[in-house]
Amino acid sequence: MDLAPYLLLAGLEGLVQASVLMLTALGLSLVFGVMRVVNVAHGEFFMAGALIAWACGAYIPGPPALGFIAGLLVAPLAVGALAWAADRTILQKIGYNPEGTIVSTIGMLYILQQGALLTFGPDARAVDAPFYYTIRTPWFGYSSYKLFTVAVAFALVAALWLLMRKSKVGLLMRATQFDRETALNFGIPVGKVYSAVFAIGAMMAAVAGVLVVPNQQAHYLMGTDPLLLSFVVVIVGGLGSIPGTIAAAVLIGLSDGLLSVFFSPTLAKIVSTLLVALVLIFKPEGLFTVKGRRA
Amino acid sequence: MSRMSVQGLSAFYGQSQALRDFSLELAGGEVLCLLGRNGAGKTTALKAIMGTVRPAAGRLMLDGRDLTGLPPQEIPRAGIGYVPQGRRLFTELTVWENLEIGLMTRKTDLSALDHALELFPVLRDRMHQRSGTLSGGEQTMLAMARAMCLRPSVMMLDEPTEGLMPSAIAGIRDAVMRLRDEGVAILLVEQRVDAVLPVADRVAFMDHGEIKAEFPIAEVRADPELLHQYVGIAARPARAEPL
Repeated sequence: MDLAPYLLLAGLEGLVQASVLMLTALGLSLVFGVMRVVNVAHGEFFMAGALIAWACGAYIPGPPALGFIAGLLVAPLAVGALAWAADRTILQKIGYNPEGTIVSTIGMLYILQQGALLTFGPDARAVDAPFYYTIRTPWFGYSSYKLFTVAVAFALVAALWLLMRKSKVGLLMRATQFDRETALNFGIPVGKVYSAVFAIGAMMAAVAGVLVVPNQQAHYLMGTDPLLLSFVVVIVGGLGSIPGTIAAAVLIGLSDGLLSVFFSPTLAKIVSTLLVALVLIFKPEGLFTVKGRRA
Repeated sequence: MSRMSVQGLSAFYGQSQALRDFSLELAGGEVLCLLGRNGAGKTTALKAIMGTVRPAAGRLMLDGRDLTGLPPQEIPRAGIGYVPQGRRLFTELTVWENLEIGLMTRKTDLSALDHALELFPVLRDRMHQRSGTLSGGEQTMLAMARAMCLRPSVMMLDEPTEGLMPSAIAGIRDAVMRLRDEGVAILLVEQRVDAVLPVADRVAFMDHGEIKAEFPIAEVRADPELLHQYVGIAARPARAEPL
């Protein structure tokens, strides 16, 4: 048996999964890194993005690409605004108390999930890809949309990196992440930084949701798997570490793709869960975190 | 005229009162040194002024402006620079990024940075170095330079000489004296009595969260027994490199 086509296909599928996972997990990691908040509702922001993309595709007349582009713009803005409001009205009010934020984000999870059920119903909803073009290889044809997903995800990650490293807003976020009290001593409006970070994290999940719906139908329970996988990624990569999150997403996405193609998707999940257990036992700060550094 | 006026500040950690009726007046071009044993409330007093420990009562005035109750991020913007204990640099950020945060606070122009770098020229060559990799003395210089980028009218320093070599202490001393000569009001917290006596104008002794007594420096120098009475130590002759 010639392994090359299977390896290529598994690698491509893994890369697509890794790119979506990277976006979702980066949002979670950013929120934890800067705010020290474990956002259990993060998967629901992903779900909300997917459902908004469906709504844009369904209600905006014209070619599917128009609805998709609208979804790509509207979903992160709407979800970001929702997250911003949730931060101001809930998380800020409880002073970002660690236990309180977990309980309140669990509450947000149920509210968003049930809100989606009431609004969109229990059915899974398909979204057309904005374009259909198959890339031919000697062995199989592959969806160009999936590769577009990878390109968009990496472009967004590069944009986030530039925001964090090269902009004044990013500088304020990094300073706040490193030392909240000193940030206050230098006039950094920590409350506003937290709201912005929570919104940006949610927006990244929402974009991931929009990108995924042409490959996977949108429904109100679709946020659970990305949430769990994102936790796997941020634990393996190091909580709050952006480079670690990217590396872990690629590692887990690729291994998931390869194991799913050659063995079974269940085995892929077992392996990633085992990896988390091993990391927690032997390197609890994460595989890619330099000791003593937080970002 | 008093540049900074603190009246009746009190603060709690949970049920425990850490600061009681803390009051002081500080004029421009004056160095007031807060002395006291560990746990006397010196650092808490500075944090309560900065608002990061929320005062339960009291009033804070700066240059005639009432800052009482302002959110913590507004206090440095009003013109109070703070060098916290242990320096608290953003050690993951470069020297330039630390200074940039100082400049952004009050949107000061680059002349504030030039002034700080004139006092600490060694930082010019370290601009793109991660601040956590600087030596202890350089880190203290950066912490002071960062606070100076605010163009503060009041500078509060919490044990700036902690863990420093005598040569580094000399640089900090010169900077404190230069700031004082430029009219900045300085509130200095120190454990090392011998280090502060040569630069202080007044000394306030703290214990159990309150100021027990306050003396002009000449009186403290003339009567070393005061140090024994309030801080529990015998005064030693000033070292070769006082602050």
